Amino acid sequence: MAKSSPAKKAWRSLTWLGVIIVGLIALNTAGVLTGSGSWTPKLALDLEGGTQIILAPKLESGQSVSSEQLNEAVKIIRQRIDSAGVSEAEINTQGGQNIVVSIPGVPDDETINRIESSAKLEFRPVLVAGAPSAASVGEDIVGEDGVMTPAPTPAVDPNLESTPTAVPTDGSDLNWITPALQAQYEAFDCSRIDTTNVAPAGEPLVTCEADGSIKYILGPVEVSGENVSDATNGQQTTQSGATTGEWVVNITFDGTGTKAFADVSTRLNALTGAQNQFAIVLDGNVISAPRTLAAITDGNAQISGDFDQDSSKALADQLKFGALPLSFAVQSQDTISATLGSSQLTGGLIAGLIGLVLVVLYSLIQYRLLGLVTVASLSVAAIITYLLITILSWREGYRLSLAGVAGLIVAIGITADSFIVYFERVRDELRDGRGLESSVEAGWKRALRTILASDAVNILAAGVLFIVAVGNVKGFALTLGLTTLVDVLVVMLFTHPMLQLLARTKFFSDGHRLSGLDPRALGATYRGRAKFRPSDDLPSAKLSSASREAAKRQTIAERKASELVGSTADRSTDGKDS
Amino acid sequence: MASFSQFGNDLHTGKRSFDIVGRRKTWYLVAVVALFVAIVVPQLRGGFVFGIEFTGGSEFVVSQVAEQDQAVAADAVTEVVPLAVPKVSSVSTTGIRVQTDQLTSDETREIRAALADAYAVPVEQVTASFIGPVWGQDITGQALRGLIIFLVLAAIGMALYFRTWKMSLAAMTALMHDLVITAGIYGITGFEITPAAVIGFLTILGYSLYDTVVVFDKIRENTSEPGAETRTFAESVNLAVNQTLVRSINTSVVAVLPVASILFIGTLVLGAGTLRDISLALLIGIIAGAYSTIFIASPLYAQIRSAEPAVRKSDQKVLALRAKAGPAPRVAEEVRA
Repeated sequence: MAKSSPAKKAWRSLTWLGVIIVGLIALNTAGVLTGSGSWTPKLALDLEGGTQIILAPKLESGQSVSSEQLNEAVKIIRQRIDSAGVSEAEINTQGGQNIVVSIPGVPDDETINRIESSAKLEFRPVLVAGAPSAASVGEDIVGEDGVMTPAPTPAVDPNLESTPTAVPTDGSDLNWITPALQAQYEAFDCSRIDTTNVAPAGEPLVTCEADGSIKYILGPVEVSGENVSDATNGQQTTQSGATTGEWVVNITFDGTGTKAFADVSTRLNALTGAQNQFAIVLDGNVISAPRTLAAITDGNAQISGDFDQDSSKALADQLKFGALPLSFAVQSQDTISATLGSSQLTGGLIAGLIGLVLVVLYSLIQYRLLGLVTVASLSVAAIITYLLITILSWREGYRLSLAGVAGLIVAIGITADSFIVYFERVRDELRDGRGLESSVEAGWKRALRTILASDAVNILAAGVLFIVAVGNVKGFALTLGLTTLVDVLVVMLFTHPMLQLLARTKFFSDGHRLSGLDPRALGATYRGRAKFRPSDDLPSAKLSSASREAAKRQTIAERKASELVGSTADRSTDGKDS
Repeated sequence: MASFSQFGNDLHTGKRSFDIVGRRKTWYLVAVVALFVAIVVPQLRGGFVFGIEFTGGSEFVVSQVAEQDQAVAADAVTEVVPLAVPKVSSVSTTGIRVQTDQLTSDETREIRAALADAYAVPVEQVTASFIGPVWGQDITGQALRGLIIFLVLAAIGMALYFRTWKMSLAAMTALMHDLVITAGIYGITGFEITPAAVIGFLTILGYSLYDTVVVFDKIRENTSEPGAETRTFAESVNLAVNQTLVRSINTSVVAVLPVASILFIGTLVLGAGTLRDISLALLIGIIAGAYSTIFIASPLYAQIRSAEPAVRKSDQKVLALRAKAGPAPRVAEEVRA
């Protein structure tokens, strides 16, 4: 123990702690400088105000949702919300089942309908295709019939005929285009496309390419998305099996889909121009409108075109998951006003502060100046926890919720407990007659074991809750686990080294009355289990037997200690005990 | 507080000792009565009061009202929907919260307007929320799953660490006691069970076991290290409980102080909400957890272990030695006092 002195070890530990704190600060500074980080953690909706909508998939019994499906649903919902112009929306999955949409402010009914409706994938024949946003540019449009039409007026005359003059014979029949539909088409503005505007399957639809580049009149639905059994992307292969290097999307239809697609592709293949195309419509947007190069009767269609690996994958995913008849129901919609959120935060912080002050006072009363070590340790723990939470909110998008704040406040108690366990152990060692420095070392060894074991329970609880639980509980579990880890770190790298160093100071090693480690107040040097006071109420025979008994009860350490006390002049102050 | 540290000294040396293990029947009786009350009284009161997150319903919050008159809100709601039974409570210092059964969106819109009108605030200051009845169940379902997984893992972990499953058993028994008592107090006082309260319950799990582990670690030390051969098993356990008593008191006080201040601020200033719900569960749980570690887990452990043949044999040896050494040795006498 003489060589690697506790003081040296203590300084090393403190240096490590310093390195960790400086490292965390540097990391966060880097985040702030690059513009994505901040010095304050992001707040969850219950503190910041806003609306949280929890969507649950409408499932039939026995049906379950895969995480892929859910992720695709999140993508679709994000597109819908973005198209509604809501900024800063956060969309997450929850518990492998639900989707949580958090948006600032209060959404209108329309936004909620938009979020709620299911994704709908349809295959419709193209009747007319043309350049979009004519209204804004004011140029004339060439319709599929080759007739020049004047720039339309935005309002559609309600008196226009809206039923076809002749009954259309099939989906590609241009008789679908009534004067009213033509006017709607002409007035249609691609930037204002409504993704929930899913026309009835049996009627034509006016819409645009998803990026707004082409405007369409589409015939009624020929094949519904539910009939797509699979969609994959891959490289095109020639008949001999060699790849051409061109990325394509392969669609496989089920029985119904195969039959329907065989009919429509046979028909479209015979047509020319825009009518040769069929449009794949997702949520009212045309995501692709390939031309029909052959009649496909075996249910395996291939879409080729200007794809790369990513875009072919994206389309395949849209076809595969967008085809799911998965719709969502709003399970809860919770709106918290910003003022209420901030008053809750303030209240929580005030409560935390009061709690902290009380803890500090209590430790000072209980442990005198040693209580200051508690205060300092708590402060170090607070700094590290704050930095970690800020960094987590920057890197991982963690948001501090009210439950998280509660977790932090509770952590004050659990963190302080480690110090209490440790200090009590040191006191126990002092009571057994050790010197302060060796008491600190011996007490630490025993305390560390207890602290690690009990903290392991907390980590386990936090870990299980974090993995299993949802929403608020997750945030709470994270703070609980985080603070427990910080607790272990601080007690090892700060509290113990501090005590090692303080034990060397005269104030503490002499056991000043205010140090909290006064051996005299702690029952003097070795007294109690083995050393006996003369007692008046006991007969001498009993006394001697008791002291024999007591000697037998001594532990090896106790025996050594009492020998030590016996050999050195017994400095213990007589009559100091009660 | 010199007397308190003196108290600690006496407990450490065994000069002063509370016979906790010996009087276990008393504690068991107390626990049984407490559990009985915690289970029966909520039943008599008509079961637990579940929050809107469990029952489903609509909720309106009016913020920044001039006067927190709750009757105004109730009137405004019943005027629109006569059959609704509004539950009105104050939140924060300037907010009013109204909870009703699930309403249609038309009714919701009308009530928002009516509330804004009644409190003379702009309609934007009235937020309307709707919570489906499955949400709370979902959270609780997940929480229960977590609870079971945690209990199994913790029991195995403790059995491995302490090298005896009997400690796990004693700790789990104490834990169940804490959970039932806490839930019972919710039922007795009529506090709503909300997801925040469920979070509180979950924390108690961790805390209660945490507290037990600290004391059990000392018990393990006292029963396995040198010196143990001069005490009976029950005496070793009792000594450990006494030696950690000061720590138990200090820790409980330190843990309770922040929680109590949340409860205080939560109830008096913030009104209904997450902080209040969570802190009540924690407050009861921490106190119950500290109590059950000392008065249930430890005596129970001593009792189970004392029945082991090996432990019984060594206890008999200790007692025989003691009888030979003289009548009623002092230390032992005090332990039994």
